[in-house]
Amino acid sequence: MQRHLISAADLTRDDAVLILDTAEEMARVADRPIKKLPTLRGRTVVNLFFEDSTRTRISFEAAEKRLSADVINFTAKGSSVSKGESLKDTAQTLEAMGVDAVVIRHGASGAPYRLATSGWIDAAVINAGDGTHQHPTQALLDAFTMRRRLVGRDAGIGQDLSGKRITIVGDVLHSRVARSNVDLLHTLGAEVTLVAPPTLVPVGVESWPCEISYDLDSTLSKSDAVMMLRVQRERMNAAFFPTEREYSRRYGLDGDRMAKMPEHAIVMHPGPMVRGMEITAEVADSDRCTVVEQVANGVSIRMAVLYLLLGGNEPAVTHTRTEEK
Amino acid sequence: MSKILIRGAKVLGGEPQDVLIDGAVIEAVGTGLPDEGAEVVEADGKVLLPGLVDLHTHLREPGREDSETVLTGTRAAASGGYTAVFAMANTFPVADTAGVVEQVYRLGQEHGYCDVQPIGAVTVGLEGKKLAELGAMHESAAGVTVFSDDGKCVDDAVIMRRALEYVKAFGGVVAQHAQEPRLTEGAQMNEGVVSAELGLGGWPAVAEESIIARDVLLAEHVGSRVHICHLSTAGSVEIVRWAKSRGIDVTAEVTPHHLLLTDELVRTYDPVYKVNPPLRTERDVTALREALADGTIDIVATDHAPHPHEDKDCEWAAAAMGMVGLETALSVVQQTMVETGLLDWAGVADRMSFKPARIGQAAGHGRPVSAGEPANLTLVDTAYRGAVDPAGFASRSRNTPYEGRELPGRVTHTWLRGKATLVDGKLA
Ligand SMILES: [Zn+2]
Repeated sequence: MQRHLISAADLTRDDAVLILDTAEEMARVADRPIKKLPTLRGRTVVNLFFEDSTRTRISFEAAEKRLSADVINFTAKGSSVSKGESLKDTAQTLEAMGVDAVVIRHGASGAPYRLATSGWIDAAVINAGDGTHQHPTQALLDAFTMRRRLVGRDAGIGQDLSGKRITIVGDVLHSRVARSNVDLLHTLGAEVTLVAPPTLVPVGVESWPCEISYDLDSTLSKSDAVMMLRVQRERMNAAFFPTEREYSRRYGLDGDRMAKMPEHAIVMHPGPMVRGMEITAEVADSDRCTVVEQVANGVSIRMAVLYLLLGGNEPAVTHTRTEEK
Repeated sequence: MSKILIRGAKVLGGEPQDVLIDGAVIEAVGTGLPDEGAEVVEADGKVLLPGLVDLHTHLREPGREDSETVLTGTRAAASGGYTAVFAMANTFPVADTAGVVEQVYRLGQEHGYCDVQPIGAVTVGLEGKKLAELGAMHESAAGVTVFSDDGKCVDDAVIMRRALEYVKAFGGVVAQHAQEPRLTEGAQMNEGVVSAELGLGGWPAVAEESIIARDVLLAEHVGSRVHICHLSTAGSVEIVRWAKSRGIDVTAEVTPHHLLLTDELVRTYDPVYKVNPPLRTERDVTALREALADGTIDIVATDHAPHPHEDKDCEWAAAAMGMVGLETALSVVQQTMVETGLLDWAGVADRMSFKPARIGQAAGHGRPVSAGEPANLTLVDTAYRGAVDPAGFASRSRNTPYEGRELPGRVTHTWLRGKATLVDGKLA
């Protein structure tokens, strides 16, 4: 494992499988009466959020606390890109405090990379989402969810996603989730198809290790998982598509479309869902939809990542009695 | 001592000759010239060029003296072998009146390192709405002949047309920063394979090309001449080539960094590579080099854009756009054009001195190295190899993309009207 987790593209197949396997161990902790490990006791982790994301922050915070880390939440609200120096200033403050790891969420693509490579700070850096670039722990939790559902919880240990066909639908252009997933799923052996109107596919996408389609219906019957991306309403004003209704008609997932998917196939969404436009309530609430599991799996994945970046070489979970606190 | 004998220099890369300077003028060029009463500069093996002329420099004074001043910028220019620079208008206040351009011009004359020819804004405040007083700037002591809203595009087709027509009255030229504003909203880097991966806003080639296409057609329609700043794409080259073949009076410039660097470097997210127009692809770099060699692109201009450390020591999206270039331009051209066999030194003199002086009508600059001409000269040690060390820059800002990179060639002497501004690599 590297010292930082900036991009899903930085993970080798073995790294990724190790994280997924470790997350399975971590998930078992959640089934215990006392959901806590002493692993990161005495270590300080800062959640440095320049951009609002309660869901992601809480998920990291839960993971950090279950590993007994000291947690500092730093929300740089209203800290805009125009005040760019704040990243460096903040980093140096954290460095002075002897922080061991920084979980950073930032509106600017590349900010976590810059934090990890600029020499401003010594701590491990974990990217919790940067601009339209990457969100590697989201991709890991998605892969974890797929492996559990499509390969099996125990049968999945040590396995990747070879041969699985994954369709990712929606605003690929602005999506760090899509970028991270394409990279990681490819590394894990899956075949990825991106489906979007041409306006929401980036110029240069042809170098990505995936297929591109503008037609959702033709991909459904060949998909083991369909991942719906969030479409922000403001995209409409920028003429990325004519109307919400037309988007929904062509790229929304409703019951009829879900029925075209193979029986075992699952529906995924990074949340929060815009019901009606990108996904109907019928689909969102069906038991094929993994949104709630994805949230729970997020904590296990983040525990695994923190443990592997900071924890050293011992097994993540000792099977003797865990320390209580 | 008013006489200087430059002994054994390869004039424009040719056979070694002696060049005798008397006062501000070249007295003689030949072999075995007498050194009586002259200070002798041994130039064995070095190349002597006419003083370089930069049609595109940002000096930042007035308004951003923390980045650069006329003094520090002209010292940087002298270090790089320049004897004349054209200073862009995007200062604070904007150089859109006779008062501001005269101030900049006078500072250049007072400091004496390099002639500073101010460029006037095309529109008031660079806002693209209303023509600035182009005639008054031309008639001022600064004698402005080049007008540009550089940093911004004159995107309104009617304003651009009027500017092109208006400057015909006094033989001026409009230098366009070709950037369609709507197509480049939120742009952070070249749009393509790398931007798709990095998730940085794309600056598409077509945003440059569509404006160039429009402007050459406008120039043709009104019978005026237009100059294209920092052309950066293979497609732009094709349009300029077509326009020239059609007889349209268009000239174009390329920066050293667009001749050498590509958008692959943005993968480092190091804002030292953030520049406008952005670094493009290998294919573009190849097309630009070929176009400079065949004359489709007329000149090399630095777009020297100094920024203080804090404006670059941050995340990519927050960083200022631009690179310093005056002190490294000739080395980059040597590496990309001379050592590749695309241009000889006479070609370099043409692209970096003769033609930029002609486009900007810089009197006394870009003249042949021969008797009776002004002694504006640059001596280059072309055999030198060394890593770029920004700590030695005369520019007040150090935002160079070449730190630590080995580049060939070093300017050892620069003379402005017979007065040495750079001696043995040190500012006089
Ligand atoms: Zn410009």
